[in-house]
Amino acid sequence: MQTHLLSWITFTPLAGALLVLLLPKNNSRLIKSVATAATLLTGALTVKALTLFNAAEPGFQMIEKAVWIPQFNVHYYLGTDGISFPMVFLTALISILACIGSFGIKTREKEYYFLYLLLETGMMGTFLALDLFLFYIFWEVVLVPMYFLIGIWGGPRREYAAIKFFLYTLTGSMFMLLGILALYFKSEPHTFDWVRLANAGFDPGFQKIVFLALFLGFAVKVPCFPFHTWLPDAHVEAPTPISVILAGVLLKMGTYGFMRFSYPFLPDAAEWFRPALAILAVIGIVYGGFVAFAQSDFKKMVAYSSVSHMGFVLLGLAAFTSDGFNGALLQMFNHGTITAGLFLLVGVLYDRAHTRDMGAFGGLSAVTPVYAGILIFFSLASLGLPGMSGFISEFMTLLGSYTYSKLFTGLACIGIILAAAYLLTMIRKVLLGPVNDKWKGLTDINLRELITLVPLMAFILWIGVYPKVILSYMASSVQVLLASVGGVS
Amino acid sequence: MIHYTPYIPLFPFIAFVINILFGRYVRKGAALISIAASLAACAVALPAIAYVVHHGAYSVQTEWLLLGKKTLSFGVLLDPLGCVLLFVVTLIGTLIQVYSAGYMHDDAHFSRFFAYVSLFMAAMLTLVIANNYLLFFMAWEVMGLCSYLLIGFWSEKNSAADAGRKAFLTTRVGDIGFFIGIMTLFAGAGTLNFADLGHAAHLMENTPLLTAAALLIFCGTVGKSAQFPLHVWLPDAMEGPTPVSALIHAATMVAAGVFLIARSFPLFEAAPDAMQTVAVIGTMTAFMAAFIALSATDIKKVLAYSTISQLGYMVAALGLGGFAAGTFHLMTHAFFKALLFLGAGSVIHGCHTQDLREMGGLFGKMKHTAATFVLASLAIAGVPPLSGFWSKDEILAAAYTAHNPVIYWTLALTALMTSFYMFRLVFMAFFGKPRNPKIHAHESPAVMTVPLWLLAIGAVLAGIPGSPFMHHWFQNFLAGGVHAGGHAAGHGSEHVIIPFVVATSLAAAFGGIISAWFLYLKNPGLPAIISRVFRPLYTASLNKLWFDEIYTILFIRPFGAMSRALYRIDEQVIDYLVNKTGLATARTSRIKGWIDKHIVDGLVNLTGWTVQLASALVRLLQTGYLQHYVLIAFLGTIVLFFIELRK
Repeated sequence: MQTHLLSWITFTPLAGALLVLLLPKNNSRLIKSVATAATLLTGALTVKALTLFNAAEPGFQMIEKAVWIPQFNVHYYLGTDGISFPMVFLTALISILACIGSFGIKTREKEYYFLYLLLETGMMGTFLALDLFLFYIFWEVVLVPMYFLIGIWGGPRREYAAIKFFLYTLTGSMFMLLGILALYFKSEPHTFDWVRLANAGFDPGFQKIVFLALFLGFAVKVPCFPFHTWLPDAHVEAPTPISVILAGVLLKMGTYGFMRFSYPFLPDAAEWFRPALAILAVIGIVYGGFVAFAQSDFKKMVAYSSVSHMGFVLLGLAAFTSDGFNGALLQMFNHGTITAGLFLLVGVLYDRAHTRDMGAFGGLSAVTPVYAGILIFFSLASLGLPGMSGFISEFMTLLGSYTYSKLFTGLACIGIILAAAYLLTMIRKVLLGPVNDKWKGLTDINLRELITLVPLMAFILWIGVYPKVILSYMASSVQVLLASVGGVS
Repeated sequence: MIHYTPYIPLFPFIAFVINILFGRYVRKGAALISIAASLAACAVALPAIAYVVHHGAYSVQTEWLLLGKKTLSFGVLLDPLGCVLLFVVTLIGTLIQVYSAGYMHDDAHFSRFFAYVSLFMAAMLTLVIANNYLLFFMAWEVMGLCSYLLIGFWSEKNSAADAGRKAFLTTRVGDIGFFIGIMTLFAGAGTLNFADLGHAAHLMENTPLLTAAALLIFCGTVGKSAQFPLHVWLPDAMEGPTPVSALIHAATMVAAGVFLIARSFPLFEAAPDAMQTVAVIGTMTAFMAAFIALSATDIKKVLAYSTISQLGYMVAALGLGGFAAGTFHLMTHAFFKALLFLGAGSVIHGCHTQDLREMGGLFGKMKHTAATFVLASLAIAGVPPLSGFWSKDEILAAAYTAHNPVIYWTLALTALMTSFYMFRLVFMAFFGKPRNPKIHAHESPAVMTVPLWLLAIGAVLAGIPGSPFMHHWFQNFLAGGVHAGGHAAGHGSEHVIIPFVVATSLAAAFGGIISAWFLYLKNPGLPAIISRVFRPLYTASLNKLWFDEIYTILFIRPFGAMSRALYRIDEQVIDYLVNKTGLATARTSRIKGWIDKHIVDGLVNLTGWTVQLASALVRLLQTGYLQHYVLIAFLGTIVLFFIELRK
């Protein structure tokens, strides 16, 4: 198992998915157990990989490479480093929690868990693939289950949301595919191999075109302003656990794409597009914050807050400094845990009250004190309270971007005030004020829901108080990335 | 004992964890847990202070975060300045918690209250012993959180819930400035350690960055210490339970802003423009808040504006270079203002109203409360030999020696107003005849009055260490610290009693008391006439200079409008375009599909297959265009792929 650990991590969920297909349709308990076991096993394998992971090694580790389609020089090529491993870990974690969070789903469970596990394989593969062809396949594998998970188990406007998500992402990935093919045909000999492409040294004009093509594919996923309008619809319509996956992992695939492929392959273009990226990042941060403030739908507010928080990742990427890159990567992880928690909490409330209109609530802190406490906890983490993880990563990205542009950094800081404004307003509307009689009978959070939230809280606090550990896993690989684009440390 | 200094905040933090997680089991025991933790913190802190008094500053640190090639270390610095705060926070914090056990006795969320207070204590103590800006900032923000939670403690009241949010957001505006200031400093000097500030100031000397860093850091003070123009949150913060007002919004947290300037003093000293700004803002705040306090009728509002005004005093002192003077006033103010708030709490507890116009003649019914309140009022008014006299005199002396007559006379006038509004309050509440016969006031229990007397001892005596009676021991102690190095000695005149300043200060103190007596006890009809004669001034004071209204028009409404407008753009422009693009694509593919179907005979088979596939998917998706489009795009790509391969 040790020799093919990454393959095991990638395909254990798929094995689970196939197993789910063999189970009787009506035995919902068994289906849930098998699915949860598959995610747990994947988690255990990831922890195993963590113990083998050598933080001091800047390059790829646990590499698996085999010829797959020799005619096109396609390889089955997996490997991980300090950039992808945090994402793999995040995927494993969120997948377990969202799987437990899925127990509330009562219709067509067999199909649901099949698609869910297929989705996990897609996400893992996306983060582990080092062959562009393989990467593209995994990238598209993510898309299909996601489409059905929103389209079948979603809210009233699920079909519109699912198609919008699908079309948006597909349009993006078409351009990405063109970019990938361009890289393939430009390289001599033609290759999809990460290492060869990173050392190919393409000419700057070509780099710019390809960068733009890849950018469109990745930017839609992030989502980067102005390609973000699928996000609120998809989030609002998606069932809770799928929102959690969407915000917790899927958005990171976009920024991961920049770090893994665009930057090392196309360093000159990355440098050239830097101001544009920074501007889009700052627009996303401020614009997302303002629009989040205007929402009355709880879930939509969290969705727009993602646009704002993912803007910090892009800003860190535009910084071209070690603090910026480390901060961006850490922000990806932290946003994953924090926003996953917020979406879970929205779900907890929606399951009981069947509405997400914040104005309809009020005074819940007296009715459901534990829920209130946890919601306040995640809100504070999201608004960047020091002592919690969100602060560290935002601080680092801003510190990184400060040396690049004081103006952009200052503008991005507005986003921090905005985050406090919309989150505290949400707390004010939902939790504080006089108790609304309508919700007097609401039950507090239950054990299953607590199980999905407490691990996230532990990570938020741990990274917030002592970030050195997780940063030490990232630092050396990030340093290599920085060197490849010629940034300052 | 000194080596246990880093653990001081740990005691209240443990109390917080116990009370927040097991509140429903410990119930009233929460108070005991929190108080015990505070006493434990005292037990470590007081010997540590004694150590610093005898052996000088203590520091220790450990690696925390890697930033590029620089490591950021977190650690502890306990110097004389920190000792002053540590002394104030542990002592007053403990007393206020004892008092709270009585004041909050019947509250439904008793344990949660003590959990929050303990978390606050932990954060404040961390801030006091922090050795660098980042740790300082982290503790600073957690304090802000506690302030938010405690202001909104009675959150079922809309006003309390709103006040909490207002406090957090207003201070956050300042905090962002502070945050950028920290980054500016780090980018300019590569360090965030307080011990390296002298060196950092030297590195950045004569650059606009230094002034910018100092002013940005000062933004933090403006927010936290409720200075103009961000002072608007503090009066509203009085929605919180009164012990909270005493601890957080009078004695300790709001003073942290002043502490911040004192901590950053080497930076400010090297940036004269920043110093000037600090002095002006402080003076303006002191005067403005005192002016508003003149007409306030809510006992806690008077004290809130008084706090803003006194904080302005401290800030002005530091801006004028009076490092010791500002710190000294911070300490004395902590004692008498905590006492005033706790006294006010006792009054509210005893007669269930906060409106001064309903009180009167309480002295006979609440002897302990009244006596200690009068002592505290004498102290804040600046009557010798009580603590306020000595520290206020130092500040006036600093203004005097800085040769700044405008600031000097503004501060002197503020002193007069301070003494006047305090004794207006005293005479209205405790003397004269009861105005509302329905109020049956009673004295508070011993658990509340004993802390009052203990604080009263502090309010009376806290000034002595800085007075000539002890040869200005306090100032010399501070001067021996890391920061005060050069400058405190430079202001030698600080330690000399200047007769002119003393005369001004005494005139202000007694002038205020006598005129308050004359207006509110001797001729109770007179204030109404005066307010009619000076109607514009009176309305301005009564309406708090319309700050809230102006901010609503200038910031809050445009903010809401902006967010709604952007949301409309998002839905009606960006998303509209997206939907239109989608529809147009679908239409194109439908036309192409028609062409395929009816014209391209040679592709009939393919078409049939396509339609079959599409219709199979249609049943799933209930829409026909997308798959067609996807398929075509995908096939096209594959075709291209093969064409390229053939080359």
